[in-house]
Amino acid sequence: MNPVFKLLLEGGHLSTAQMAQVVGLSEVEVQQHLEQLKKDKIFLGWRPVLDLSREGAGVAVRAVIEVKVTPERGGGFNRLAERLARFDEVESCYLMSGGYDLLVIVDGSSLQKVAGFVSEKLSTLEGVLSTSTHFMLRSYKEGGFLIEQNESSSTRLTVAP
Amino acid sequence: MSSDSKRWVASHVAALPKSGIRDFFELVAKMKGQDVISLGVGEPDFVTPWHVREAAIYALEKGKTYYTSNLGMIELRRAIAGYVTEHFSVNYRPEDEILVTVGVSEAIDLALRALCNPGDKVMYHQPCYVSYHPSVALVHAEGIAVPTYAKDGFALTAEALRAAWVPGCKILMLNLPCNPTGGTCSLEQLTKIADFCREKDLLVLSDEIYSELTFDGVHTSIASLPGMSERTIFLHGFSKAFAMTGWRIGYACGPAPLIDAMMKVHQYTMLCASIIAQEAALEALLRGWDSVCKMRDQYHRRRDLVVRRFNEIGLTCHSPRGSFYAFPSVSQLGITEKDFAVGLLQQEKVAVVPGNAFGVNGIGHVRACFATSYEQLIIACDRMDRFVQGVKK
Ligand SMILES: Cc1ncc(COP(=O)(O)O)c(C=O)c1O
Repeated sequence: MNPVFKLLLEGGHLSTAQMAQVVGLSEVEVQQHLEQLKKDKIFLGWRPVLDLSREGAGVAVRAVIEVKVTPERGGGFNRLAERLARFDEVESCYLMSGGYDLLVIVDGSSLQKVAGFVSEKLSTLEGVLSTSTHFMLRSYKEGGFLIEQNESSSTRLTVAP
Repeated sequence: MSSDSKRWVASHVAALPKSGIRDFFELVAKMKGQDVISLGVGEPDFVTPWHVREAAIYALEKGKTYYTSNLGMIELRRAIAGYVTEHFSVNYRPEDEILVTVGVSEAIDLALRALCNPGDKVMYHQPCYVSYHPSVALVHAEGIAVPTYAKDGFALTAEALRAAWVPGCKILMLNLPCNPTGGTCSLEQLTKIADFCREKDLLVLSDEIYSELTFDGVHTSIASLPGMSERTIFLHGFSKAFAMTGWRIGYACGPAPLIDAMMKVHQYTMLCASIIAQEAALEALLRGWDSVCKMRDQYHRRRDLVVRRFNEIGLTCHSPRGSFYAFPSVSQLGITEKDFAVGLLQQEKVAVVPGNAFGVNGIGHVRACFATSYEQLIIACDRMDRFVQGVKK
């Protein structure tokens, strides 16, 4: 397996220079591995993990929306899902098994903005049968990071047998 | 109180040397708050996997706060039997061939107390874990150190064993992969060692606490070699592979009469291992293997990083086949391991352990534990590089 991919899977946050040291390659080679992963559409990009529910983060609300749609002949769910995913408000969009079809995560600066997006854009799209919107109240873990209980090994002895 | 109270200390305890690690620990402690990167630890930087911790919390909630059988919970002993069969290819009966202990530490002590008469001779390879020699001395037995060498990757050889052997040797303590060297033996070497043990009728105390952290090749337990399980006490625990050092839990497996003898000592001195730790250990065995593999893969990458960097810096370092310790040589710099460790700590704020703490055969080396994040390891290597360049000038 691509050595850089293994490192990415660990979920750490190393610079290309640090990755190069860890896997014993040059920075250029690491960069090439990253490019290859991008070409393969496995590695899509970097982005910071933010706790947007914090006061001061600016983004006031995040909603999880269950969307039921009518699949189209020929296109299935893809055409509608891809169209939906293009809206800037949409943070993530997934096709799901189970009681609804699409799971859409929407960020907005206020309740009104998100509600407006749902009622004006999302539910009026052709093919959308119904939506069910849940507003997130608080986050406990975000992108692999625990929000409150930071575990520290600071009590670990500095020298031990 | 006068220092005269010393007269009450038993002479064999008074004679025990102070651990070299302890001295160094005090030196490091003085530098508190100074951004010291410690490669001096002997434990994982990972916390115990959450599902294991959660199982222990659940056990507490369920009111599991009492003593267990002296041997340990039967469910745990069954799980140990299954695990040891799967990973080490040796079969032990949960009913009478497995004893749950307070870490491998207690298991070593129990075995030596149960097996040694005063004056018996116990062989162990050196450099070795700091407590081997004192544990032998505490039971009034005599330690016979068998040297291992950097040129062999610190693997014990049957030739060295034969050269060190003297009449009266009863036990051979093995620690593969080894703390502090990371050395392990090839199957061929191990087979020769097993042959030697049968020839000289030696009982083997095999401390395999780092076995899951084997990076190159597969780990073979000496107990799985023909004719060896009846003369081996297999010691293992959860501290390293499952990142459970603070839980204090381990186990010993071996022929029923030997386990029974160890159990006698255990029942009068310890009674049983903590039930909470036993519950956690059970969860670790049943569902912890994925975490072990993930941690091992990270240690593997960290090992490759530090060994490569050490060699580039000029600190000749064999690649440890297992464990999370690198044991580079510093003698080529023309300074002692003590001066290297103290200088590195004071000038560059990186703590490593001087090799003489692990016996005379560790002289000229330092132990650097790579159970620390990549970022820290990279900085530590950069600092060591600067220090070495300074010494060379
Ligand atoms: C070789 C060796 N044996 C035993 C131990 C002690 O293990 P436990 O935590 O199971 O008592 C250690 C810990 O550093 C060790 O390195």
